[in-house]
Amino acid sequence: MNRNRARLLSIPYVIWVIGFTVIPIIFIIGRAVTDENGSLTAANLLAIFDPIHRKALYLSLALAFISTLICILLAFPVAVILRGSRFRKKSIILFVLILPMWMNFILRILAIQMLISNNGLINHVLEMASLPALRLINTPGAIVLGMVYDYLPYMMLPVLNSVLAIPEDVIEAAKDLGANRKEVLSRIILPLSLSGIGSGITMVFVPSMTEFVIANILGGGKLQLLGNVIEQEFTTSMNWNLGSGLSVTLMVFVLITSIIFGRSNESGTRAAGLPI
Amino acid sequence: MNRELIRFENITKSFDGYEVLNNLNLSIHENEFVTLLGPSGCGKTTTLRILAGFETPDSGRVIFDGEDITNLPPNKRQLNTVFQKYALFTHMSVADNIAFGLRIKKRDKSTIEQKIKYSLRLVGLEGFEDRSPASLSGGQQQRIAIARAIVNEPKVLLLDEPLGALDLKLRQDMQYELIRLKNELGITFIYVTHDQEEALTMSDTVVVMNRGIIQQIGTPEDIYNEPQNAFVADFIGESNLLDGIMVHDRLVNVGGLDFPCVDVGFGDDQPVDVVIRPEDVELDASGQGQTSGRVVSIVFKGVHWEIHVESRIGITFLVQTTEHFPVGSEVGISVDPYNIQIMHKPSSSDEQVFDKDEMKTGEGYES
Amino acid sequence: MIRKAMHRIYVALILIFLYAPIIVLVALSFNSSRSRVVWGGFTLEWYARVFKSSAIMNALGTTFGLAFSSALIASVLGLLGAVGIYAMRKRNYQIMLFMTNIPMINADIVTGIALLLWFVHLIPLGFGSVLLAHVTFNVPYVILCVLPRLEAMDVYQYEAALDLGAGEFYAFMRILLPQILPGVLSGFLMSVTLSMDDFVITYFTKGAGVNTLSTLIYGEIRKGIKPEMYALSTLLFAIVLLLLILVNLPYGNMFSKKVRQEGNI
Repeated sequence: MNRNRARLLSIPYVIWVIGFTVIPIIFIIGRAVTDENGSLTAANLLAIFDPIHRKALYLSLALAFISTLICILLAFPVAVILRGSRFRKKSIILFVLILPMWMNFILRILAIQMLISNNGLINHVLEMASLPALRLINTPGAIVLGMVYDYLPYMMLPVLNSVLAIPEDVIEAAKDLGANRKEVLSRIILPLSLSGIGSGITMVFVPSMTEFVIANILGGGKLQLLGNVIEQEFTTSMNWNLGSGLSVTLMVFVLITSIIFGRSNESGTRAAGLPI
Repeated sequence: MNRELIRFENITKSFDGYEVLNNLNLSIHENEFVTLLGPSGCGKTTTLRILAGFETPDSGRVIFDGEDITNLPPNKRQLNTVFQKYALFTHMSVADNIAFGLRIKKRDKSTIEQKIKYSLRLVGLEGFEDRSPASLSGGQQQRIAIARAIVNEPKVLLLDEPLGALDLKLRQDMQYELIRLKNELGITFIYVTHDQEEALTMSDTVVVMNRGIIQQIGTPEDIYNEPQNAFVADFIGESNLLDGIMVHDRLVNVGGLDFPCVDVGFGDDQPVDVVIRPEDVELDASGQGQTSGRVVSIVFKGVHWEIHVESRIGITFLVQTTEHFPVGSEVGISVDPYNIQIMHKPSSSDEQVFDKDEMKTGEGYES
Repeated sequence: MIRKAMHRIYVALILIFLYAPIIVLVALSFNSSRSRVVWGGFTLEWYARVFKSSAIMNALGTTFGLAFSSALIASVLGLLGAVGIYAMRKRNYQIMLFMTNIPMINADIVTGIALLLWFVHLIPLGFGSVLLAHVTFNVPYVILCVLPRLEAMDVYQYEAALDLGAGEFYAFMRILLPQILPGVLSGFLMSVTLSMDDFVITYFTKGAGVNTLSTLIYGEIRKGIKPEMYALSTLLFAIVLLLLILVNLPYGNMFSKKVRQEGNI
């Protein structure tokens, strides 16, 4: 097709991008740098340095970091085990990983709440075994558990993709040159799956840092993440300028994360995650 | 002949019920250049992988330097492999690739550096230490793969169709390069290929395989001039493969016409396979010869003409000659008795190996 | 051997972790007690009552309506957009790719809030605003499903079609489109999935009065989830499971196994 005419086909999409991607970002930045009277101010952007907000930011970063780390530690061994096993048919593995996502996300988090609450299933079992009950719910640990649960597939898919993509002859070459099982793992498989782990990191770190639903349900509303603070500015406190200021701050962190770990593979892995 | 280094004893191997190796016995000597040659699915790569330790035979033993290594893991074996697609570590520099085996063995830094330099010089890629494998051409990657293997000073270097991915010119250069390397290193090379020209050019010994069975072992000259069965004759070079009847010693009947030959001991009136190489068929423009025929096609091949001649005895001969004969012309056909090769007909179905379609069945097991 | 067993146990533990909450929810859908922690016996009552709850049925309708209409709009927009972007020169191509990436990179909460801030000036919040929002986060996935197909395509096929006398439109319909269509289809299905799964962006852009299943559940957390909701979710889960099994285990696979077995006899 004539290239010039083909380019015209993208006009509706270009308009859409300007209308619903560019303009909203201009609006949120506009709100962030003004007060309720519309005059310019840096207060909303600097609000992140308030002790309360700073604490929420630190907690968000810490929980997101821990969740991401746990996801890596859980996902990488699974990928290596599946690679080594005869059971490596990708479509079935994907199927098993994707399937839980078809149960409503909030219901799944509620189910975790039921499992770990003070009179929940886990404590029932402990009681029957005459073991002391665990206080799990409403702790940072509970939030981490919820995040790991919800985002583990997002780590698993890219890591699995990159581990399964390593050609067998490369691993054989390492063995041929004298590497034992551990050396093959640390010198070949791990370095060659770093790109997958990288895209897994952004796919887990960004949503867990900006999360508020999991924190509301499993943190009992007492533990405030940055996402919770922003949500409340829009739903209860109704200070949209402050909320926008904090959102823009959050956006900067997201941007930094994706620049560090690269997001190029992400679309591919999400597409690969499609259950079709 | 040098000391024996490797011995395969009664090796059998199947994949999913398909027998890839059938009671293979082979012995390889020190400082020998051995080529395993055969079509895909013949078991040559499986033989190599069993030696390298990537496959375990269903039965039989592999003896290396007097020791049974059948169940030894690959990382404990004193041999190294050059892989078909090079299998370079893309996340490492050229130097790190070459140093891989030495670092595993915890050699000291200066030794490693010295050996990297030495091996790069050996393959003609000095100064490539810091390059990334991905930035190299196929031929250069191949050399790095060789350097990475030989730097460990293996007693045996295994090469699995290492030139398959290179273009023709480069392939020919690399053949000489490999011969030079082998002479310089003084170690055993075991080379797997389906390319008969490669096999004939480089090897001391050629092992022709088909369907998991060794068809013939010999020097390149033996294999070419004295093929032991129809499969070898057809696989190595081009040939006229004809049905004949051995009338008595030194006389064979093909298409109703008797040809004198030099072979004896086939009995009287026995069916045999007869091989005549196309360059050994002599044509005569005046129509004089043992029989005569008509030229049906002629194609220029650069060094020679390739001619099909329909003979009076009902056989179409493939002929290679430097003379030109126009299509439709009558020519005399004769063959020197020394150039007629007589072979037994295959006696069992296992030796009856010669069906081009069937050769492909095992393809999946090769790579 | 021990290593193998350890591997099995490890994978099994991960699976239990992933599926335990789902088992809990399925169990709750059959629990005759309204309590979330006490088993009061097996019942199908909630399944019968799902279809009588107007709140749930409305939310279900909204969820499906949103998912399919946003996926459809996103597919058309994305298909045209991808072909257009593919034809662009390098610089514009990269700018458009960057723009396309923004809704995917950005945190959902920021996207939701940014759209909310713009929508309050543009249109009344409701189904329409949520639809616009869903199309916005769906289009990038359609484009990223289609673009690789375009790039992997052999342009000479199109030229060959012209060489054989096809008109431009005919060549596009008969040569290009069939090759991109699988990409559009995966983009469509992914859009449906993402739209049905979304909570955060819907939450900020929906205004009062409209509810998807996710926002309905979120609103009910304080009061307690109605058991009918567990029944509906289990039902939806079962349907998806069935569909995925049908798609993922092609008949060809089963057939070839059968043939092999019979061949052995």
